[in-house]
Amino acid sequence: MQPLLFWIFSLMMIGFGVAVVVNRSPVASALSLVVSFLGLAALFVMLDAYFIGVIQILVYAGAVMVLFLFIIMLLDLRAEERRKINVVAFSGGVLVALALFFQIYSVVHRLRAAEQPFPPLPLVKINDVRNIGFILFDQYNLPFQIIGILVLVATIGVIVLSKRELR
Amino acid sequence: MLTLGDYLLVSGLLFTIGFAGVILRRNLLIIFMSLELMLNAANLSLVAFSRFRVDATGLPNYNAQVFVFFIITVAAAEVAVGLAIIVALFRARRTTHVEDINSLKF
Repeated sequence: MQPLLFWIFSLMMIGFGVAVVVNRSPVASALSLVVSFLGLAALFVMLDAYFIGVIQILVYAGAVMVLFLFIIMLLDLRAEERRKINVVAFSGGVLVALALFFQIYSVVHRLRAAEQPFPPLPLVKINDVRNIGFILFDQYNLPFQIIGILVLVATIGVIVLSKRELR
Repeated sequence: MLTLGDYLLVSGLLFTIGFAGVILRRNLLIIFMSLELMLNAANLSLVAFSRFRVDATGLPNYNAQVFVFFIITVAAAEVAVGLAIIVALFRARRTTHVEDINSLKF
């Protein structure tokens, strides 16, 4: 059952990921991105990372995608008109991407740990929000504070950027 | 049985798709979305490693999941700032096509 679900969700994620890149209309791309992230959240849940799965849906499918769609609608972007593509640049890009995937594949192929199945979790129920919270506020307290400042700076930056005219 | 390698390969494939989107597409917004795909591919491999390393107490290694939490936060901040820059750019130039924005090009 689990392998079947894994392949369904990863196919959904990869398929809609390709749709993000291939679609000409930005709105269709953004909606494909939502479905791709839903598949990813399902994979997180299958890896027993319930908290990360929930966060993924809340932050990406909720906040980030609304922001993307809002900006696309605000700018009133139509589907791009077809432009002449630079064949050399395009094939070079495809080649570089394929080389990257081949490299990742060969590294994973040689990794001995990659052939092992996941060890079973002895506990029936894991309280992972509590566990992550403990580690986050205990071991990673300083990075957490820094992230808080980063979000504050980003908020101020966004306000400054959208207030002033760029010359 | 699913292995760690399956998850790593799917994550690598998603990363490659995002990478291809960044270098092949010419629309700023779609480049930005592809960037998000790459960040999430990295998250998937981190969570897979976290589940793979079950420690003595029988729990997955939560350090990686905290790391994913940080990545999601940074990505959200990045999206907000990046989209504000795109809106400012669109106001100044009336385009989101990267080939029309070349005043820094020598």
